[in-house]
Amino acid sequence: MKITRETVLHVAELGRLEFNQEELEKFTEQLGRILQYVEKLNELDTRDVEPTFHVLDVSTPLREDVVESWLTQDEALENAPHREEGFFAVPKFIED
Amino acid sequence: MDLSSLTIKEASELIRKKEISPVELTRVVLKRIEEKDPRINSYITVLWDEAINQAKEEEKLIVSGNYRGPLHGIPLSVKDIFVMRGVRTTCGSKILENFISPYDSTVVKKLREAGAIVVGKNNMDEFAMGSSTENSYFGPTRNPWDLDRVPGGSSGGSAAAVSASLCFASIGTDTGGSIRQPASLCGVVGLKPTYGRVSRFGMIAFASSLDQAGPIAKTVEDAALVLNVIAGSDPRDSTSVRLPVPDYTEHINEGIKGLRIGIPKEYFIKGIDPEVEGAVRKAINFFEDLGAHLEEISLPHTEYAVSAYYIIAPSEASSNLARYDGVRYGFRSPHCESLRDMYTKTRAQGFGAEVKRRIMIGTYALSAGYYDAYYLKAQRVRTLIKRDFEKAFERVDVIMTPTSPEVAFRIGEKIDDPLKMYLSDIFTIPCNLAGLPGISVPCGFNSEGLPIGLQILGKPFDEETILRVGHNYEIHTSWTRRKPPFA
Repeated sequence: MKITRETVLHVAELGRLEFNQEELEKFTEQLGRILQYVEKLNELDTRDVEPTFHVLDVSTPLREDVVESWLTQDEALENAPHREEGFFAVPKFIED
Repeated sequence: MDLSSLTIKEASELIRKKEISPVELTRVVLKRIEEKDPRINSYITVLWDEAINQAKEEEKLIVSGNYRGPLHGIPLSVKDIFVMRGVRTTCGSKILENFISPYDSTVVKKLREAGAIVVGKNNMDEFAMGSSTENSYFGPTRNPWDLDRVPGGSSGGSAAAVSASLCFASIGTDTGGSIRQPASLCGVVGLKPTYGRVSRFGMIAFASSLDQAGPIAKTVEDAALVLNVIAGSDPRDSTSVRLPVPDYTEHINEGIKGLRIGIPKEYFIKGIDPEVEGAVRKAINFFEDLGAHLEEISLPHTEYAVSAYYIIAPSEASSNLARYDGVRYGFRSPHCESLRDMYTKTRAQGFGAEVKRRIMIGTYALSAGYYDAYYLKAQRVRTLIKRDFEKAFERVDVIMTPTSPEVAFRIGEKIDDPLKMYLSDIFTIPCNLAGLPGISVPCGFNSEGLPIGLQILGKPFDEETILRVGHNYEIHTSWTRRKPPFA
């Protein structure tokens, strides 16, 4: 399938990314080529093949629900670009 | 005696007998990093003071009779994808440039408990996406065998550091070949354990169903010693498997008479460097001299592996990397007009080109209307690839292939052609899709003196066999003893 600039713009929006004009040209061309390459998968008939989402055939292990100490509030907030009174803080935006 | 050129096995003997001290050994390694690493760039962060302080602590323990085992007092490093309490963890990205880990990854915790000295965090492709370490925000790592060439990737810093004796071993991660391919290109040993063998807790996620941590070391036996420490189930990683961990060195010296080796014809294809093919075939034939049986096998879906991988891995990545939004940690773009603008600008300015490319591929593959055609299709093909291996392993004990179709390529050679770069991993990717263990062992050099690697793949959770096979080869050859010119 042909990848258009509009498709790239739409996917960028979904992925919360943005590109300048030059990047947009480049990404449109590159994504087109990569997706064209992976089209190779369509040579295979997989109608009766189950997907492998995970290689391990194990169920979710259960354990006792025990309280243990982990990060303090301070430690958890240590890397925040901005924090206020024990919370993660973002700038105030007034949006419609 | 040049202490830095010892193996872990040799150095640990001397430490145990108190003939050398961990502080002395750590100083030697740090001094080498100071001298050599400005040209190689294999470390993002070096723990100059912390490493010496820790070495002093370990030395006290050893002197007082509390020797803890083969890694005690040994200077090691970890790829900068493993969080380590109080230490910066960047994952090779601007977006985590100033991130200080609030806790230890399980791998780091286990290394600490074994008394290893972590001397630093190794350079890598941003978020482990790449095959050359050129995608690092902190500049490319150079190959110690030729500084104009790449060390491979994404664990290129780890492989270069081990190769140049800037640590005794390093822990890397492998999603599509990121341990084995750089090990091959740098002339060292790289082991990707079975998916689930080593805990992924505290290892920054790229593609969760494929990522696995493992050792990069000077010898196969050293890799086994490191795996002994890092393997095992972990209540903090539900995909770590609750199976007993054997002593991986226990049977390593046993012979391989009667071993059945499968040679997949799909891995000896047009386009492979003739010198690589020659060295690998020669190595495989040598196993026959050691008493193994060679058998040609077929893994018919091999040619679809790269396509399936470049749907599955970016899909998982696009989901995993959604967390980098500038709110809770990491870089935040200043001067934004709305919350959405803040997310977008933060990610547009914080991620490099390859990471954006993968997020775009993954977002596209998972987006409405395309899920069945791309993501589901790729997961079905993954089943076919897994079945190929299951069938092959009914007849053979291990499978041997080249690790990489080529030797180390030049810096800049593939950076503008993503698809060409993706094909560097053509021989390593199928193993990840099937979740198998694989090891790359040095098996020769080309006419320019660049290293070549032999890949040995094993049955799930049978790391013991591939380690034994690799060790048998290593003790009869001298490739791992050759040192790079820039070390």
